[in-house]
Order: sequence, then structure tokens, then C-alpha cells
Amino acid sequence: MARRLHPLIAKVSSRPEARAPSPGLPWWLGGACALAVVLALTALPLGAMLVEAGTLDPGALFADPWVARVIRFSLFQATLSTVLAVALALPVALALAHEPRFPGRGALVTLFSLSLVIPTIVAIFGIVAVYGRSGWLNGALANVGMAPLPLYGLPGILVAHVFFNLPLAARVMLQSLDGIPDNQWRLAAQLGMGPLARFRLIEWPSLRAPLIGAAVLIFTLCFTSFAIVMTLGGGPRATTIEVAIYQALRFDFDLPLAVALALVQLVMCALLMIASTFAPGDGSLGFAPTAQDARDAYPIEGRGLRQRLRTWLERRHAPDRACWRPRAGMAVRLSRGLIIGSAAGFVLLPLAALVIAAFNGKTLSVLGDPATLEAARNTVIAAFATAALALALALGLLSATRRLRVRARRERIGRWLQLFGNVILVLPPVVLGTGLFLLLRPWADVFSIALVLVVAINALMALPFVLRVLDAPMMRVARQHDRLLQSLGIRGWNRWRLIDWPVLRRPVGLALALAATLSAGDLSAIALFGSERVRTLPLLLYQRMGSYRLEEAAVTAGLLLLLCLVLFATLQRLVGEGVRARTR
Amino acid sequence: MTLPVSPHPTLIRPALVAALLACALGPSVAGADARSLTVYTYESFVSEWGPGLTIKTAFEAECGDCTVEFVPLDSSAGILNRVQLEGKNTRADVVLGLDTNLMAIAEDTGLLAPSEVDTTELVLPIDWTSDVFVPYDFGFFAFVYDTEALATPPTSFEALLDAPEDVRIIIQDPRTSTPGLGLLLWIKAVYGDEADAVWEKLQPRIVTVTKGWSEAYFSLFLNGEAPMVLSYSTSPGYHMAVDETDRWQAAAFDDGHYLQVEVAAALKDSPNLALAREFLAFLPTPPAQTAIPLGNVMYPVVDLGDDMPEAFERLIEPASVLLLSPDVVRDEREGWIDEWLDASTR
Repeated sequence: MARRLHPLIAKVSSRPEARAPSPGLPWWLGGACALAVVLALTALPLGAMLVEAGTLDPGALFADPWVARVIRFSLFQATLSTVLAVALALPVALALAHEPRFPGRGALVTLFSLSLVIPTIVAIFGIVAVYGRSGWLNGALANVGMAPLPLYGLPGILVAHVFFNLPLAARVMLQSLDGIPDNQWRLAAQLGMGPLARFRLIEWPSLRAPLIGAAVLIFTLCFTSFAIVMTLGGGPRATTIEVAIYQALRFDFDLPLAVALALVQLVMCALLMIASTFAPGDGSLGFAPTAQDARDAYPIEGRGLRQRLRTWLERRHAPDRACWRPRAGMAVRLSRGLIIGSAAGFVLLPLAALVIAAFNGKTLSVLGDPATLEAARNTVIAAFATAALALALALGLLSATRRLRVRARRERIGRWLQLFGNVILVLPPVVLGTGLFLLLRPWADVFSIALVLVVAINALMALPFVLRVLDAPMMRVARQHDRLLQSLGIRGWNRWRLIDWPVLRRPVGLALALAATLSAGDLSAIALFGSERVRTLPLLLYQRMGSYRLEEAAVTAGLLLLLCLVLFATLQRLVGEGVRARTR
Repeated sequence: MTLPVSPHPTLIRPALVAALLACALGPSVAGADARSLTVYTYESFVSEWGPGLTIKTAFEAECGDCTVEFVPLDSSAGILNRVQLEGKNTRADVVLGLDTNLMAIAEDTGLLAPSEVDTTELVLPIDWTSDVFVPYDFGFFAFVYDTEALATPPTSFEALLDAPEDVRIIIQDPRTSTPGLGLLLWIKAVYGDEADAVWEKLQPRIVTVTKGWSEAYFSLFLNGEAPMVLSYSTSPGYHMAVDETDRWQAAAFDDGHYLQVEVAAALKDSPNLALAREFLAFLPTPPAQTAIPLGNVMYPVVDLGDDMPEAFERLIEPASVLLLSPDVVRDEREGWIDEWLDASTR
């Protein structure tokens, strides 16, 4: 495409005032292509499943006490995980909000947002290293003569779910607490409100909506949790629907059971999605660009002296704002420090344990092992391909929806179209994988095209994140400039190059980084389609952990973590900022 | 009004990323020998000390220009699931590592071919009638215990159920592992309809349910994670002969022990069917069988005479040999596994 339009670029660049009547591609083409891909990747597998399900007897399925128990357990562990994560995150968020100058606060908040980037299976390894049978905790307990605490089963699932979701909940809540206007704190101080009254009258009202939104999101994540339940579940006692689908397919070759469970999961997820639509909160996971990002990314308004002065002034006055925060006694401040410290410890310990464990006698041999290298190569390929596909789908969908929403003023149709990008929330990866498996099995050996399937599923998994990151800036730039662009006749490639790209490159960098790391750390798709022929690092790590080769697993986990961090930083930097942009 | 023109080319970065991708993809060469045989098996068969390498070398020396590739899957029953999942497109020419319990189920898939191997002369505790499967070893399921952790092992299932609380066991998943399925059928053969209650009573003793035998035995049991593990009556033979220690022993159960005959079969749609049959015929001959006692730690299916390790004479003798017919297993397995799942999640 770029090649064909190239002469045009030169023309406009040399004479910016030229109103070249570009032949261009129809505006709806990108959206239509993206929609077609998304539909093909979801509707066809779903159809294959429904065909297979034609022979099912739903009565017998629900009469099976085991199926009923699996559904109950999925709901039970998700409820418990959500309550624990939110209840523990609340004091952490409050403590952080009241201690704006706590040493290391900024680093901790950054660490909290990193939990989205850390692959689940890597964190699981860290958790096992700390809380497992021969982990740090039980080692310490043994020294004081106490019996070891069991990890596998419900305790392990809960610890891992809280590990991932406490930071998420705390971050969302902290954002709202930090957003409380100064005059409210001032008022509270003037009226001499006690901590309880302050919480009830000021903090709680601002927390309620994001808290409910976060809870619904966390519940959904825990309900469809796969890697954690599979590795820490410790056998059939703790099985969720998602894991049961995988087992029906890969353990039993029980296609009807896999399909039946997949359809159950689909209905449950659809209900959850409806719930989350009605739940308050912006659902951006804290990834929507902040006002600061938007200002930084907006070269059109210039980033001159005035801007820099304003930023400097804002920063200077930040401590003053903190003065209006209620003063607290030593005991209260100590307990806040304790809360923040334990939260930091809870998140940092597994990571520290992992990093320490990764350097052992086998480090070099594992890193030189062809299996490790090939898995690393596959992981990188899948990550880049996923990021590219997810970005292409998102840009396709968004360019069509913003045209509908801004120029055609069809707000509702536009939003509905965009919703298709979130289809993975209704069709979790294992369900989608089951459908793809049924669809493709008559035609191909699915294990030999594993990587392609993994990329397709991972791209759909990343799509909601990518859409959330790109939606707001894309709409903003369209709302601001659409009329002008229309009157100047700038469209197509030129519009993208001159108007969209400067504003969007940061969010695009973030979106690519998120999609790539999500794919690099994903276990659910590769668990279904992986084999000794095609492995990625998460699968290799799972297998090494599964056969309890813990030293090799530690090195693999360390490598995967490093790879994810490098992928994230590189994509975000290179694409989002560019090398030269930093020196400018 | 002038529009800002981006001062630097923006196409460099995508090109860089594309170049990186191209490097990562690299050349992927997939060449297949004219006479190459792909054998799906379980992990321990091809581990460093397993019989795989000996059998491969011996067979390649005999067949002339062929090569054998063992593909280790992560569990034994997983071999069957795998060829079912791959269906007609499977790469396997031979599956090696199924057992008596899975024979009827595997045959029902319609993916296997008659072996054309004469099995009448083989030394087995039962008469061999299958014309699809070739037996290559056999053994009896038993709980192996660590004499340093457990002075007096239980002598029956009942004794195990009533044993002190710290007599804990590691077992394998009957859906993925043939020993796991073996235990399920062993308990069924002893207790019949009451098996369900036995499983429920056994639950608190089960440290963990592993996917395959290797991780249960090597990674967990030998590292002291539990005093007992589900394995074979022959397992101590290896420790006695190779490690020269009597530390690990099998607990003899008055209830009798359940027999497992391990088998191999050829895939019907294999382009190398003739070579696959040659391989199957080779398995129950002395050059391959000498690798069995200390390689796979099972009884060979031919009389090895002086090649039989002495340690095998000191193994426990089952009080009685239990075995359910493959047809019964085929008809009941699903229901019994559901029952087990049910008892395990209660």
C-alpha cells in the first residue's frame, strides 16, 4: 500500500497546500477487513463447536455431579480471590494515598503496573519458590519447628490470584484517591473529621465505582484463569471449567465433553461481560493515557517554554497539596508503612526468589540447550506476529468506527462495531482453541501449525487491550482535527502520517508492547496446540515445572521474564518514542 | 496555516522490526529419510538410562539403512490421546507404551494395523491373543516405599487405609498415565462397587496426582516428598542391581497385584508400515529384550537366561495376579474415571 501511494507523499510534503484529490482506498475497507478476520477467527470455530454439540444431551451433562462441582468450584475460587484481592488492596491504596512522600512509593506503583506484563507462569514459579514445599516460607517455618503449609490446591490458587490482582485493584483505587480534589481534603481538615468520617464521606464515594468495576474485572480474570489453576491446582480437587476443557481435549480426547464445557464457559463469560458493561469504572485497567501523556504526545500544540514552565510549576506545587492531607500520629503512620511494606514484600518476594533461583549450576547449560533456544525463538516470533496482527486489527476497526462516530455521527453503530474487538472476553482462549481444533482437524495436523494458531488466539486476546489503549487518543485527534482535515482534503496515508502518527505513536508503542508481552507470556493457547515439535518458553517452563526439574525451570523462568521486559521496553521505546525523538 | 511535517522518516523502525523477525524465523529444514521410523513413546523409555537407545541402535544395525526416531510424549496414556488428536495426519508410525488396559480402546479408534508378528512363544503370565498389539514387557503394579521413612509398610489396601496419617502416597492421573489407570483398575478389581468409598477414604493420603510416572517416581518420591509411590513390583530391582541399595522396596499386598503388559502397535495409515512391522517383530527378540530388565525395569517377555539380573530374584511375588479384560475396561473406563474424579473432588 505504502509503495503505491508513495508519489503522493512526496507531492504533499513538498507542497503542503496542495489539495491532491487522492484516489485512496474506501474508508470502510480497513474496518471491514478487521471485522472479517475477527469474525472468521471466532464465528467459524464457534460454528464447528455447535455442529459437534448437536449430538449433546444437556440434561446428562448437568446431571453429572462432577461437572456441577467444577462449575461451583470455578465460581467459588473466583469469588474468594476477588474478595481477598479487593479487601487487601483497599488498605494498601489508602495507605499509599495518605503517604504521598513515602520512600519508594513511585517505584512501588510502577511495580504494581508491571504485574500485567509479568507472564503468569513466571510468577507462579516465583510463588512456588517462596511458598512451595521447599520454598522460603516453609524453610523458615521448619526452623521454628512448624509444620509446612500446603501450597497446591485452593491456597496456591488464591495466593497467585491475589498476587496478580491486588496490584491491579490497588492501582485503580489509588488513581481515584489521588483524583480527589484538594478542597475536599481541606474541608475535611477544617471540619476536624476523624478517619472514619473521612473514609465514609470523602474516600468511599470516590472509591465505590472504580472498586466495583475492578471487582467485576478481577472476578472475570479469576473465573477464566487457566495457567494458575493448572499448575497450582494440584490435581482434580481444584479444577475450573477452563482447565476441565483443556483436560477433556488433551487428557481424555473427549470431544463432546470439551464442547459441552466450552459452551457452558461461553454462557458464563457472556453473563460476566454483560455485568461488566453495566458496572461502573472506565475499565481501562489504568492503561488509558493520562492527561499528561496526551500533552507530551501532542507536538502540534508545541512543547515550548510555556509548557515546560507549567509542568515545572505543577511539580513544584505538588508537595503543597500534600499538606492538606490529614496529619496522622506516629502509630498510624507506622501501621501505614507496615501495610505498604507488606504489600511490596508480597509482590517483590516471588520475583526476588525467581531471580535468585535463576542463577544456579545449570544456568549455562539450560541457556545453551537447543530446546530452550528454539522455544525462545518461537516465543519472539509469536510475540512480534501477535503484536502486528493485533495492531492491524485494532487500527482497522478504530479507523472505521471513528469515521462512523465523528464524521457520520453514528455514535452507537461505531461503538457496537468496536465491541467486536472484545469478543475474546466471551470466548476465552481455551474455548476458542477447542473450536479452532475441531474446525481444522479434518484438514491439517494442528500440531504442526501450532504457532499460527497461537498467534491468532493471542492477537484476539490482546485486541481488547490494544483497543482500550488506542481508542481515546484516536477519537481525540479525530474530534479535534476532522473538520480541518476534511476542508484541506487530507486523507489516507497523508492523514495518518501527518496527523495521526505523531499523536498515536506513543499509544501505538504501548499497545504493541502490551500485545507482544501478553503473547510471550501466554500459556493457554500453546498448552492446547503445543507439543514437542512446537514449544514456546511458557510451555517449556510449564513442562519443566511439571516434571519438577526446578533448576532448569528457574533458568527458563528467568529467561522468559527477561525476554518480556526487553520486549516491552524495546517496543515501547523504539516505536513509541523513536531514537531521535529523545534527543530532540 | 502550515502543517508540521514529521522531521524524520518513520519507516525505519518497522523495517528494523521486520528484519529482526526474518532473522528469528531463520531456515527451517524438515527432511525425512526414505526409511525412517517415528515412534511415539513415553519419557522414561528414552531417558539416558532407559531402553530406548539400546533398542534403537540394535534395530538400526539389523535393518540396514533405516533410522528410528523416538518422540517422547509427557505421559503413557497421552500417546493414545495424541494419535487420536492428530487423527489421520499423525506423524507416528508406531505407538509404544500402551498397555493391556488400553488395548480395546486403542483398537476401537481404527487407527491401528495388525502386527503380523507371531506372539505365541512369548513368556507372559497370560495367553496372548491380540493380533494388533505386540507385548514387549510386563510387570505388577505395587506401592514402592522408602525403608528409611517407613519401617513397616502396609500389607493390603485395608492396612493402607488404616495406616498412620503420615503414610502418604503419590499417584498418577488415570487419564494420562497407564500406572494411574492401573491403580484405578486394581482397586476396582479388589473392591468392585465399593471402590468409590475406598477412593474417598484414600484422598487425605494423596500428596499429589501427577501426569506421568516419571515425575511421581523420580522428581517427587526419590526426593523424599512422600514415603510411598505407585510404581511396579520390579522397581526395587533397579536400585538393588544398579544403585546397589535395598533402601527402596515394594510393599506386597495380600489383595494381589494388578498385571500390566506393555505393548506396541503400528499405525494403519503409516507410509512406513512394512518397516513398522519389522520393528514390532524385533521388539520381543533377545537383542531388544536384554535392555528391558534394567532399562525399563520390567520383566522381559522372553527367557533371557543368564542375562536376567540376579536382583530380580529378590523381588516380591504377587499373592495373586489381577487383571480385568480389555473389553470390560473399554466399556467401563469412562464411568470409572468419572467416579474417580467425583471421589477426588468431593
